[in-house]
Amino acid sequence: MTGFVGFALRRALGMVITLFAISVIVYVVFYVTPGNVAQITCGPRCSPAQVHQVAEQLHLDDPLYVRYWHFLQGLFAGQDYSTGTAVQHCSAPCLGLSYQSDQQVTQLILAKLPVSLSLVFGAMVVWLVLGVGTGVLSAWRRGRLSERLLTGITLAGVATPVFVIGLVLLIVVCGELELLPFPQYVALTDDPEQWAWNLLLPWLSLALIEAAAFARLTRASMLETLAEDHIRTFRAYGVGERSIIGRHALRGAFAPVIALNANNFGGAVGGAVLTETLFGLPGIGQELVHAVNVVDLPVVVGMVLVIGFFVVVANAVADVLYAVADRRVVLT
Amino acid sequence: MSLVEVTDLTVEFGELRAVDGLSFALEQGAALALVGESGSGKSTVASALLGLHRGTGARVGGSVHVAGTDVRAASDEELRRLRGGKAAMVFQDPLSSLDPYYAIGDQIAEVYRVHTRASRRAARARAVEVLDRVGIPDAVRRSRSRPHEFSGGMRQRALIAMALACEPGLLIADEPTTALDVTVQAQILDLLHTLREETGMGLLLVTHDVGVAAESVDEVLVMRHGRAVEHGAVQEVLGAPSEAYTRELLGAVPRVDAARVAPQEVPVSEGGSGEPVLEATGLGRVFGRGKRAFNAVDDVSLTIHRGETLGIVGESGSGKTTLGRMLVGLLEPTAGEVRFDGRVRSGVDPAVQMVFQDPVSSLNPRRSVGESIADPLRARGEKDEGRVRGRVRELLERVGLEGAHYDRYPHEFSGGQRQRVGIARALAADPRVIVCDEPVSALDVTTQAQVVALLGELQRELGLALVFVAHDLAVVRQVSDRVVVMRRGRIVEEGPADAVYESPRDLYTKQLLAAVPALDPAEAARRRAARRELAVVV
Repeated sequence: MTGFVGFALRRALGMVITLFAISVIVYVVFYVTPGNVAQITCGPRCSPAQVHQVAEQLHLDDPLYVRYWHFLQGLFAGQDYSTGTAVQHCSAPCLGLSYQSDQQVTQLILAKLPVSLSLVFGAMVVWLVLGVGTGVLSAWRRGRLSERLLTGITLAGVATPVFVIGLVLLIVVCGELELLPFPQYVALTDDPEQWAWNLLLPWLSLALIEAAAFARLTRASMLETLAEDHIRTFRAYGVGERSIIGRHALRGAFAPVIALNANNFGGAVGGAVLTETLFGLPGIGQELVHAVNVVDLPVVVGMVLVIGFFVVVANAVADVLYAVADRRVVLT
Repeated sequence: MSLVEVTDLTVEFGELRAVDGLSFALEQGAALALVGESGSGKSTVASALLGLHRGTGARVGGSVHVAGTDVRAASDEELRRLRGGKAAMVFQDPLSSLDPYYAIGDQIAEVYRVHTRASRRAARARAVEVLDRVGIPDAVRRSRSRPHEFSGGMRQRALIAMALACEPGLLIADEPTTALDVTVQAQILDLLHTLREETGMGLLLVTHDVGVAAESVDEVLVMRHGRAVEHGAVQEVLGAPSEAYTRELLGAVPRVDAARVAPQEVPVSEGGSGEPVLEATGLGRVFGRGKRAFNAVDDVSLTIHRGETLGIVGESGSGKTTLGRMLVGLLEPTAGEVRFDGRVRSGVDPAVQMVFQDPVSSLNPRRSVGESIADPLRARGEKDEGRVRGRVRELLERVGLEGAHYDRYPHEFSGGQRQRVGIARALAADPRVIVCDEPVSALDVTTQAQVVALLGELQRELGLALVFVAHDLAVVRQVSDRVVVMRRGRIVEEGPADAVYESPRDLYTKQLLAAVPALDPAEAARRRAARRELAVVV
């Protein structure tokens, strides 16, 4: 077990290093671009005086590493911003100030994050259950009619864009059948039941597409495992097909599913723009698109960092889970 | 009724008839070996006994009765009760035959619970009991290990433990020791022998190795092309075979107790006194660093003379392959040096070539064999396409293939033919030394004999020095003038082949030789006793 704890610690350290590297790259890409950074950051309607103030706050006259150091300071210790008349304190983790909306980026993100996380977590449960379930079924029923049907459906799932599925769901479920009201985000802390009902359709439409990929992956890796020698052993010892599929073959399919899930989860936190827009969910994805459109640099940088954080954490968690599933991983 | 009764069994996979009208019976407590080369259908028969062909698309004909179950007519439920309950199977590769994700004890317990109404706890206890029975030390703790934490021999013991769990009347062992070292093989065969004495179960042994059969069974059935060639008591079939094929098979088996088959006609440049070609001094290789550093080869010195064959023999992990690679220059030594023609050499030299073990993976499947053989020629700067083709044709013919095979791809050849291609490729560089790393261990015995003969011929004709790396003591004796025995990266014994084999000085060499299966059942029993004595000494 010590080997395992060591592995988890090593993996956590790797995660911290990756995050650091991401922060450097993001910072450099966005703040060392040619052009007047202060002007861009402040926005097109800023007066020269305001631009000058922004330039000072971003320490644009200092060398790059000093500027990055200030940025890190803000992240870990907080920072004070002078808005000319008053001083605004931005407490850690401070991702800077949006000069265009006059808001702290951290606050902005914190307001949107619960929406995105609600959407992605719920959708993840749905896509895992649907995707892995379908994959297992089609591996088990390989070559039969039911398997072909399932394969057909999953293919259709991969091929259908989210705005088509979402729109159809909206029109049919909310419009025609009036089974559900048109979704409107309710915070989990306010009313858990309403939260779930309102998110049901977004979950489904985001998950249906992802589920298709999981179904194909699960099916492929299960078939691969089913062809292995140890499966033959258990068949030759009279172990029933149900155990073979559920215990032995599924376990083999676990690793690639975890890996794919980590990527998809991390990506969906910031990337579910279409779903968010379609269902009017004020999440990270929508906000990011908006920030990009108006070139609100501090918001874009903050968002990209937060999304990177989720991708990295999801992958680290996946690696540790992977090691729990297969102890041989710890050895390497 | 007999324990196993097979009548007129046929198994067809599509157009291929793998088993063709086979009949045999096995009595309670008796042991029968199905012996044959690859493709003879012997494993297919073993699978048919447990009805493993059901649902795979294979067509099975004839009748199969095992432990009172009519395998072909049985319901799925009856078949499940047979499998593992009344007849259990042990497979060839013990690593891939166990689920890598679960503890070994849990896997055995799972099988036990399929056949009994035992509680989880009782099943787990039973698992520990059988693991202890097959000689796994500290069985309680080791039952929680996963397969990768076991050595090859222990894994095979674990599989045998799984087979024993439900006290079956019949044990089917499909090449149970093929993946194991010779000393471990002897241990497993001895274990099977003891278990059979104690439990009185019947044994059906499937093997390509006549020696393994001689060690373990009372009756032998020789198979070829899905048919029975010869069937009878082990002494008769192996001692006085009546069929030509059996004689051919036995003739091809290299014997550890026979002197070199074809003594060199051309004087080996006066025995070992030909001028030295390749010399290694203090050669060492460490893999990994710090705490994980592993000395694969440690302070090895040897000399290879013109026209002689040096056999390097050892078990897995002894460092023989690492040593071979360093001699060729594929691997840089971490200590010592290799001299070629008296000069210190680093990196590869066209004059020292290698023939690899696996003729399947050592040829690029996407290139024609002619192209593969032409590589060394092109590497030496030969640009004239006509000359390249001409030389490759010559080489192909030299190794017993046809010049017209130039444009064929590796998958179109049999294992033995592919190894010939590998040899042709090594010859293309006009080498003076060829290092052969297990050149025949993937081949059937009759093919093996042909490839060995070819190497001998080439050596005589071209005055090559050969380094023959192998785990098979008998093959090494058959080909070598001098022999080096390796263990844990070091040379434990070195000398003329006959001396090493006839009167080994080192205890490990003695153990190795005692572990080699004998072709004569009486001799086998004597060796079993000798092994027990050696085991006590160690």
